[in-house]
Amino acid sequence: MNYNWNWNIFWEPVAAGEGVYWEWLVSGLGWTVATSLLAWVIALTLGALVGVVRTTPMRWLVRLGNAYVELFRNIPLLVQMFLWFFVLPEFLPQPAQVFLKQDLPFPEFWTAVVALGFFTSARVAEQVRAGINSLPRGQWMAGRALGLTLPQTYRHVLLPMAFRIIVPPLTSEFMNIFKNSSVALTIGLLELTAQARAMNEYTFQGFETFTAATVLYVAVAFAVNRLMAFVERRSHVPGYIAGGAK
Amino acid sequence: MSDFDFDVVVRSLPYLWKGMQYTLTLTLVAMSGGIVLGTLLAMARLSSIRPLALAAAGYVNLLRSIPLILVIFWFYFLVPLIAQWASGSPTPVAIGPDRSAFITFTIFEAAYYAEIIRAGIQSIPRGQVAAAYALGLNYGQAMRHVILPQAFRNMLPVLLTQTIILFQDTSLVYVLSVTDFLGAASKVAQRDSRLVEMYVFAALVYFTVSYALSLLVRRLQSRYAV
Repeated sequence: MNYNWNWNIFWEPVAAGEGVYWEWLVSGLGWTVATSLLAWVIALTLGALVGVVRTTPMRWLVRLGNAYVELFRNIPLLVQMFLWFFVLPEFLPQPAQVFLKQDLPFPEFWTAVVALGFFTSARVAEQVRAGINSLPRGQWMAGRALGLTLPQTYRHVLLPMAFRIIVPPLTSEFMNIFKNSSVALTIGLLELTAQARAMNEYTFQGFETFTAATVLYVAVAFAVNRLMAFVERRSHVPGYIAGGAK
Repeated sequence: MSDFDFDVVVRSLPYLWKGMQYTLTLTLVAMSGGIVLGTLLAMARLSSIRPLALAAAGYVNLLRSIPLILVIFWFYFLVPLIAQWASGSPTPVAIGPDRSAFITFTIFEAAYYAEIIRAGIQSIPRGQVAAAYALGLNYGQAMRHVILPQAFRNMLPVLLTQTIILFQDTSLVYVLSVTDFLGAASKVAQRDSRLVEMYVFAALVYFTVSYALSLLVRRLQSRYAV
């Protein structure tokens, strides 16, 4: 294998442009983190809502929640990105179309946030539902017997327990969202993987470029993992789950 | 709605079907290869030979913490160099994106299958291993005749669920401009400026296949539970 190693490539000026190559990767990392964090906010909010709805005694609400989860789980994320980016605007009224296509700054960023948020919300909903269902039915009954309304039972009895139980599966969803954000390069978001691809095409230093991107992704995954381990320790229910956080 | 032309879907069906054949082949090859490699990885990870266990764990954790698209780029770049090194050719060997995808997906999915299979092997009570050894079976025989048959039966639903995810993930070969199902749909979409029709149709097809498979998994789960 005759490969020309050049680890200094990151400090070399960009061909036909300004700055040096490491700035490309760092800016890509910035977009990756921004997209993932914002999408995570959407995913948690919608996911909690849909997850709760699927455990209520109201039949049609449960059906609606199930349909929501199936819809977002059975279409590839890439296709969902395209649907939000290319298809949805065509079905909106004229002013909204003009706004999305002309006035909105960074349209690929906002589309990626929404697409990734909805996609992940279906997975979060599944965890939330599983968390609530894992609680003994007695908890629900006790809540109702004390005279709490249904929303109060959820607010004060079920959810505080359920959310603490599902921290570990949510951790892996949180880590997934950073990886999945790379799909946004297909609609033109210059996140980390896109920047690495561009740098490889400019420099032909694939080893160095992809190694750097890999290291950055691993670092993000590690940071998220530690953060969630901290959350897990703090939210650990005494005596409920053996061991708790690593 | 009136200026939509869903006829474009009908007209391009033969082309789309060719794309779908690629998608299905890629899914099946990556699934079989991934399960075989994944079983080996899982056994390595559970092995009492520490360096082997560490290497397998490192491989699985590394691949699971980076995006599939980055892995696709990695292998698209690496495979020609490795082929050059292996064949002793003076220049990198042109592999082409559609063949590179097969290698990438097999190797990538192996890491995910390995974790499922490891959990499956660990779900078998230790007494079974002890009993197998007591009967005089060696490691290979114990795995082959006692542990793996039970483990695979336990994990069949999870393996199939992972395969549904794999089926959806193959759409990512789009980044190498491979003509898989989505690639075909997208090429027609761009050629005829029919993005809405083609992407809606693609979504419907992916949804139908994935949903049907997930219903099948649910039925299997209730019927084959040990």
